[in-house]
Amino acid sequence: MSGVASGSRRGGGIRRGEARAGWIFVAPAVVIVGVFLAIPIVLALWVSFSDWNGFRSPLNPNVNFVGLENYAAITVDPGLDQENFGRAVRNNLWYVVFVVPLQTIVALLLAVQVNRAVLRGRGFFRTAFYFPSVTSTVAIVIVFQFLFTASGAVNAVLGFFGIDGPNWFNDPSGIFHNLLATVGVTSPPPALAQDGPLGITWWEWFAGPSVAMSSLIMLAIFTTSGTFMLLYLAGLQNIGGEIDEAARVDGAGPVRTFFSITLPMLRPTTFTVLTLGLIGSWQVFDQIYVLGGSTAGGTITTPAFLAYETSFNDLQWGQGAAIAFILFVFIILLTLFQRWLLRERNPRMRTPRISRAAATLAADSGPATDPTTRALSSADVDDELSKGDRS
Amino acid sequence: MSTGTAATTATGGRAADAAAPPRRPGRRRKRTPARVRAGLWTSYLILIGLALIYVYPFILSIAASFKTDADATQNPLALVPETVTFAAYERLFTDVPFPLWFGNSLLVAVIVTLGRVFFDSLAGYALSRLKFRGRTFVFLFFIGVLAVPGVVLLIPRFLILQQLGMYDTYSGMIVPLLSTAAGVFIMKQFFDSIPVSIEEAARIDGAGTFRTFWSVVLPMARPALITVIILSFQGSWNELGHFIVSRQSPELNTLTTGVASLVSGQLGSGNQFPLQLAAAVLMTIPVAVLFFIFQRRIMNTTAGAEKG
Repeated sequence: MSGVASGSRRGGGIRRGEARAGWIFVAPAVVIVGVFLAIPIVLALWVSFSDWNGFRSPLNPNVNFVGLENYAAITVDPGLDQENFGRAVRNNLWYVVFVVPLQTIVALLLAVQVNRAVLRGRGFFRTAFYFPSVTSTVAIVIVFQFLFTASGAVNAVLGFFGIDGPNWFNDPSGIFHNLLATVGVTSPPPALAQDGPLGITWWEWFAGPSVAMSSLIMLAIFTTSGTFMLLYLAGLQNIGGEIDEAARVDGAGPVRTFFSITLPMLRPTTFTVLTLGLIGSWQVFDQIYVLGGSTAGGTITTPAFLAYETSFNDLQWGQGAAIAFILFVFIILLTLFQRWLLRERNPRMRTPRISRAAATLAADSGPATDPTTRALSSADVDDELSKGDRS
Repeated sequence: MSTGTAATTATGGRAADAAAPPRRPGRRRKRTPARVRAGLWTSYLILIGLALIYVYPFILSIAASFKTDADATQNPLALVPETVTFAAYERLFTDVPFPLWFGNSLLVAVIVTLGRVFFDSLAGYALSRLKFRGRTFVFLFFIGVLAVPGVVLLIPRFLILQQLGMYDTYSGMIVPLLSTAAGVFIMKQFFDSIPVSIEEAARIDGAGTFRTFWSVVLPMARPALITVIILSFQGSWNELGHFIVSRQSPELNTLTTGVASLVSGQLGSGNQFPLQLAAAVLMTIPVAVLFFIFQRRIMNTTAGAEKG
């Protein structure tokens, strides 16, 4: 503090030089984000409309504009590229269909149990459930591969119950196909044998997630439910125990109280959890990359991974970029939808002080939920930060 | 979620039968003691069951990292190795350049964290306090950027690093991560929330804008800074995608890319689980330590900040 001596005194008013300082202050962040995020997106957009093959710069004069060719190849032109994209969409769609509801239910279950006022050791349970969210996806995949090998721990446990477990991460068969096979249906009825969207037969669309993908679904629930549990805990603490108690006094049982009082009051949180889950689970990449991507008959490939593989391995940069942009637009739409949804309900979304830090921490729980950070910090975390610290 | 509670709970959880004193005795306890008690017991059963599912995989993995390859494969459920061996850990230092990966990860994470703390708080402060032409535009720019999903940045990032000649260098791995819109917002929102009067006093005393920011405002922003530090360190330590597309030399492998190559590469074949699990255990330790230390600190400092 002694440094604030008269020597550094500046002439003129207090506000003098503020404009310049303002720009100097924001310059580094703006330059970094601009150069490594905004400009690259424009560059990739150009690539998605070009025939660039990875040689030299995508801006060199030998690269041609090919219009929507790359987009057409994966969406409307029949062929392998279209089928690959179709399968990737199918895989991810089933992943979303299972992960989003299940992780929400598990997160709610964890939160409700942990939130009991009389419970001892809440800290321990919270930590236990949240810890998987903190660790890197790479480490978690290794753990899961070990647990889910053919002769691994999971199958050993299943063996106690006389169940012969599958070879999880290497099993490409769709779980609905497997279910149908148990009743003797192994080939598609004629109606389903025809081609559906994106060059894939309806029979394939309805295969359900493969057994391999199901393992990844479990992995996702394992790693994200803790994060969303924290959001639910925040919501529950917001409601407080009084209403719950009043309902009990009025004679409502615990089940009734939960479904008629707690659950409706948690609706804003549920919206957040569902939309964040929706945005996040369309971005699965790390798990697939670590597992090698094309294992299990391509049934775990997602559009995000396909974009990477098409560009970096097959050197079809235009097509890879096109896949990435379709995904980009889709996720942006989901994000806009979420912001619109939460804007409506913001006043009721206030979360209490204690959980603020936790929710902030939860916001960036790893690469898999990276979008969470963004969505959260715009909608909730900021709210929480600004609000909590003022009070 | 403090370590203290975690430590006491292993016993506390079991010992806390229905005799655990309800925090709100009073009418509820008098009316329905049996029901509450039964409900509590069910809660404990559910929670302990769930906790086992969440914790057991980690315990099994740690145990298996001390097993021989054969032992890990044959007795996947055994918590105690037949013979405790450090072979997997030794191999991480002989067969695999694990220390190099660790060093790279540490280097990247530390620089990225420092960079984000500095650049994000600078920008956050300017957006919150300083009036300058174009501020709204900059603000909207960051808002727009927030919505960009990370996973679609893989190809663009590679393209720009190639263009700038930064591909396969430390700078290419580090510089793009040095600032995030999310961090800027966390800082901005925090500065919005602290009273302006203290800075004004400093200004009147003659401190320049940067000086005011550096020695008056930033020290007050500790809670938000800690949040940014945790998010940045954890985020860059666990980052995989960016390091896949920003480098290719083995010498630039971070823990995530290096260990991932263990899984898909030669060392991933067969049943070399202990090696992979040992790597997973070691790479998790720094983040776990950070998690356990800061969890409590965040709560304490934010609580403290309210006095000010």
